[in-house]
Amino acid sequence: MKSQSGQVANYSRGKGNKARFRRARPTLNLTAKIGIAILAANLLTVAIGPLFAPHSPNDIISDLVFAQPGEVGLLGTDGLGRDLFSRMLYGARTTIGLSFIATVIGFVIGMALGFTAAEAGGWLDDTISRVVDIMISFPPMLLALIVIAGLGSSMVVLVCTVGITHASRVARVSRAIAMEIAINEFVEVARARGESLLSILRREIWPNSIRPLTAEFGLRYTYSILFLSGLSFLGLGIQPPAADWGMMVKENLAGMYYGAWAALLPAAAISVITVGINLIVDWLGAQTGKQISPEMLK
Amino acid sequence: MALFLTKRLALGILTLWAVSVLVFTGTELLPGDVATAILGQGATPETVAALRDQMGLDRPALERYFAWIGNMIQGDMGQSVASGRSIGSIMQDRVYNTFLLAGVTALVSVPLALLLGIVSVIYPEGVLDRSISMSSLVLISLPEYFTGVALILGFAVTWHLFPAVVYSSQFTSFWQTMRSLTLPVITLTVAILAHMVRMTRAAILDVLRSAYVEMALLKGVPKGRIILRHALPNALSPVINVVAINLGYLVSGVVLVEAIFSYPGLGRLLTDSVANRDIPLVQAVAMVFCVVYVLLNLIADILVMMTNPRLRAKK
Repeated sequence: MKSQSGQVANYSRGKGNKARFRRARPTLNLTAKIGIAILAANLLTVAIGPLFAPHSPNDIISDLVFAQPGEVGLLGTDGLGRDLFSRMLYGARTTIGLSFIATVIGFVIGMALGFTAAEAGGWLDDTISRVVDIMISFPPMLLALIVIAGLGSSMVVLVCTVGITHASRVARVSRAIAMEIAINEFVEVARARGESLLSILRREIWPNSIRPLTAEFGLRYTYSILFLSGLSFLGLGIQPPAADWGMMVKENLAGMYYGAWAALLPAAAISVITVGINLIVDWLGAQTGKQISPEMLK
Repeated sequence: MALFLTKRLALGILTLWAVSVLVFTGTELLPGDVATAILGQGATPETVAALRDQMGLDRPALERYFAWIGNMIQGDMGQSVASGRSIGSIMQDRVYNTFLLAGVTALVSVPLALLLGIVSVIYPEGVLDRSISMSSLVLISLPEYFTGVALILGFAVTWHLFPAVVYSSQFTSFWQTMRSLTLPVITLTVAILAHMVRMTRAAILDVLRSAYVEMALLKGVPKGRIILRHALPNALSPVINVVAINLGYLVSGVVLVEAIFSYPGLGRLLTDSVANRDIPLVQAVAMVFCVVYVLLNLIADILVMMTNPRLRAKK
């Protein structure tokens, strides 16, 4: 967590008096702009995409299975003769939306645990840290498969499982971030004022942790997308009749042997959004790092 | 050092125990009864009772846990509910296949990742560094099935270079085996390589920012020497951890990659048994994966200690 200390210090080390109270707003570079454009396009698809779908995602529109783009519909058909374009639009909602909910669940639980552990200390910190250690020593994919074996794969189970696998890792990161912030004088002053734990967490720790946690959120979000659609790809995630990009890859895998691109399309869509988010995360991360000696750049 | 080893081993065993509790309770979370869930709603009460009796479900959960873990330690993993065969014999070949896949991937990806990581810090922010870092950022974001599907479309369907589906019967000679493994190994390598490259680069760069590197620069030490002699040894421990994390990720990766290529390994066995709700089989395969995962972390921690003179010296 070395990089965080530099970042926290940056807030108080403004150039002029005016700048001191304003957060430096770094300019977006090209890759970050591309990332934001990709994310915005995807969010737009989630919001209003289905309005433009020519068919219902489960309507069989043609006898031609694995039709090439242009033959039937805009992007062709899948293995059952359903319109691929419509299914892509509806699938965006499941893939992008559910992953978002899972990430938020992971962050709410993880941040609550991590911040409390950092600020409360003592036995509470020890207990939380040990539980987190054990959870992390468990590969996420295995945890998910075991829970699915037990509880079946309903959307609630899936989203909560992915959320919980995130929670332990978020708890560890947010604890480290909160520890860095908690050693500052302003937190000490707040403690001396007699503020409650909740108030310190909300008014001192939280506002200062937003920046590093935003990057972590982006990273976790891409994991959620890859993870949930991965489970759907295995046939153990989202179940039909809902459309999901991961599930569409699985459904159309057989079409590959006839040279159909139907399986590649949803897989590419997932890749594009995860690349987009990672471009933003990368830019966010570059804002917080320490500077390398200019001599080394030569 | 002996104390550290004992402590670390004790922690490893504790983790394994916690994992076994998680595996057991996770599969027993089911509201109602595992037997009903396996057989479905249409099962007659007699068959449910018979299965319940076979699985010993009438006994309390704690008693079943100790019986299960006791047998597991002795190497008896029980019987598959779906096929009735002993789990040990089902897993035998598949354990070998999966370790073959993961092992070859590790042999390809780890040296490649270290090399690319070191090469990219020679000129930080230079053209080479930027292109490695950009392409690794893109690779990191690709799901396994995208890489896999793209590779199959290119190298198996369009050009018939490598098989798209892997069977054990293809493993006749060394070259034949390698040919079958090519596409799965590339897919897995893509999945873990980028992360390792980025972290190796970050770990070395972090050391390059330190005061003693600046000191060495001021003394006039050539750059190659600074990276290899001053920075790399001190960056080793984070790099080892990253390698361990990514080899641990192979555990999840093989599940997906084996599904893409219908590879006859443990990952596909796990997916199939989850889909069939073959609970004893799920538990056994999950435990094998977890043991490997915990062992990898254990080895990584010991290696980290051996590369750190301060820890090594403490007797």
